[in-house]
Amino acid sequence: MLSFLNYFVSGLSLGSIYAIIALGYTMVYGIAKMLNFAHGDFIMIGCYMIFTIVSTMGLPPVAGIIVAVIVCTILGVTTEKVAYKPLRGASSPLAVLITAIGVSYLLENAALLIFGADTKSFTSVISWSGITLAGGQLKIQGVTIVTIAVSLLILVFLQLFVHKTREGQAMLAVSQDRGAATLMGINVNKTISITFAIGSALAAIAGALLCSAYPSLTPYTGAMPGIKAFVAAVLGGIGSIPGAMIGGLVLGIIEILSRTYISSQLSDAIVFSILIIVLLVKPTGILGKNIQEKV
Amino acid sequence: MRKTQKKTLITYAIVIIAYIILEIFMKAGMMSSHLKGLLVPMVYYAIAAVALNLCVGILGELSLGHAGFMCVGAFSSAIVSQLLSGAIPDALRFILALIIGVVISALFGMLIGIPVLRLNGDYLAIVTLAFGEIIKNILNSIYLGVDSAGVHLSLKSQMALGLADDGKVLINGAMGITGTPQDSNFTIAIVVLLISLFIVQNMIDSRDGRAIMSIRDNRIASESVGINITKYKMTGFVVSAAIAGAAGVLFSHNIATMQATSQYFGYNVSIMILVYVVLGGIGNIRGSVIAACILYLLPELLRGLNKYRMLIYSIVLIVMMIINWSPALRDKRDKLRKKLMKGAGHGAA
Repeated sequence: MLSFLNYFVSGLSLGSIYAIIALGYTMVYGIAKMLNFAHGDFIMIGCYMIFTIVSTMGLPPVAGIIVAVIVCTILGVTTEKVAYKPLRGASSPLAVLITAIGVSYLLENAALLIFGADTKSFTSVISWSGITLAGGQLKIQGVTIVTIAVSLLILVFLQLFVHKTREGQAMLAVSQDRGAATLMGINVNKTISITFAIGSALAAIAGALLCSAYPSLTPYTGAMPGIKAFVAAVLGGIGSIPGAMIGGLVLGIIEILSRTYISSQLSDAIVFSILIIVLLVKPTGILGKNIQEKV
Repeated sequence: MRKTQKKTLITYAIVIIAYIILEIFMKAGMMSSHLKGLLVPMVYYAIAAVALNLCVGILGELSLGHAGFMCVGAFSSAIVSQLLSGAIPDALRFILALIIGVVISALFGMLIGIPVLRLNGDYLAIVTLAFGEIIKNILNSIYLGVDSAGVHLSLKSQMALGLADDGKVLINGAMGITGTPQDSNFTIAIVVLLISLFIVQNMIDSRDGRAIMSIRDNRIASESVGINITKYKMTGFVVSAAIAGAAGVLFSHNIATMQATSQYFGYNVSIMILVYVVLGGIGNIRGSVIAACILYLLPELLRGLNKYRMLIYSIVLIVMMIINWSPALRDKRDKLRKKLMKGAGHGAA
């Protein structure tokens, strides 16, 4: 029972990381109506920034995180301006998706050339060793607690931002009807830029937590978590902020439990099967709304 | 002769002429053994590119799982070849393996298509990607053997199969399949490429093909004139998966030891095939073949470029997409073309 609890908590921790990534995915998908395939690679870039600042230059982790957040935000906004914006309104929806794949490929290969293919061992940004419960049998690591707390904080912050500020209201409007939002005087370009900025900043934070929990860093570190976070976003209902949180947590718990109790090699297959099952049974996800297409 | 027919015939002619030239080089001993080894892979990636172009360019859906379909075709046909090894003539065995590999890939295509093709948007891309990873994971963790008592399957280890002395291990977990007969060669690969081209071109020029393209251009309009969306999307997708399976069959019969690793069947391979399709021109079948051949051979020949190959490809991919698809740039180009046409008209008058 206690070992189950241990695994459950590490599932929650992994799930919180997926949730933070999925929040970025789901906001961009909901507002810019595009699948930002490069989102996972923003995570990797963030990790390399922290690695460079903390391990190579010997500065404190806080400085690393701040630099990573700034770099990722700039990267996200620039990518949107340079690569995605020209394709807004293209006749084929595939155009921007393929471009996003190209950006993902570009970031991975640029990191490969700059930082090398070897696995870097990442020093955790959290030095707290954690707490021990039930007479030493249930040990919860510091990074686990911080991860869960940070993801909850981000959820609350995003909900407040979207529902209480003018920019957030603008986001809701753009996600519902871009044309009508433009007519109401909302600056759609600015709103999409803000969305990308928030999403990419979240990717940097997720990267710091991911690499603190799983401390091996390669140019492909972000790819798989990115894809799994998209699965989480679909599971929770794409476009929904609480949905991304729930989807991320459920997915993380399923992954860790299936890795422990079924097969470590098949855990990815199980996670991806969930995506197919969700699309078969309830394509809108747990909290998603069914939107009728108008002609 | 119709214009489309002429175009198709030119495609076949290019493939056949390229084949003859390369054969002459090979027979004359003017080709290094390294280059010889690249010919079959070049052709099966061209076949995979044709398959993906059918999906992306004609059907208008992005698949990131074509490496997965190749994987299915490769493993199923390799198992058939191993089981029939020595029992029937080699040529017949390969044809049988090819047919079974293609049919099983098509079945998987249908299986994936059922949940996804009802939805629109980017779901197909991510589901096919997931499918490729699922296939790769499963093949990496199963052990399959056969002996006089029948088929044995295990998820644990080779020993857990409990094979009799006359038994044969077919899939050895992460070690993959070893000792598939080396049946594919350049000539066979070219024949499979020509058959694939024939199927795809005929499909595009047929009534079905026009229905599929109408769905790509406007789903709602084509639905309202009575086109069965799911049926035609499914047809296109299954044919595309089947042809990718054929590429996989050539793959498995060209390599001595095959594992379901990401190097061979990961989604990176699917993206590489997508690069061939985009650079050859989305919807341009001939372009896919040419782009696949050039892009496959070029970095292998220019070793120094290899380090930067992927970086260059990704930049070219982004730039090509923006130039070809950006609405603003398209308008400018159309205006420029009109101006030039006008100018040319004046000149003639």
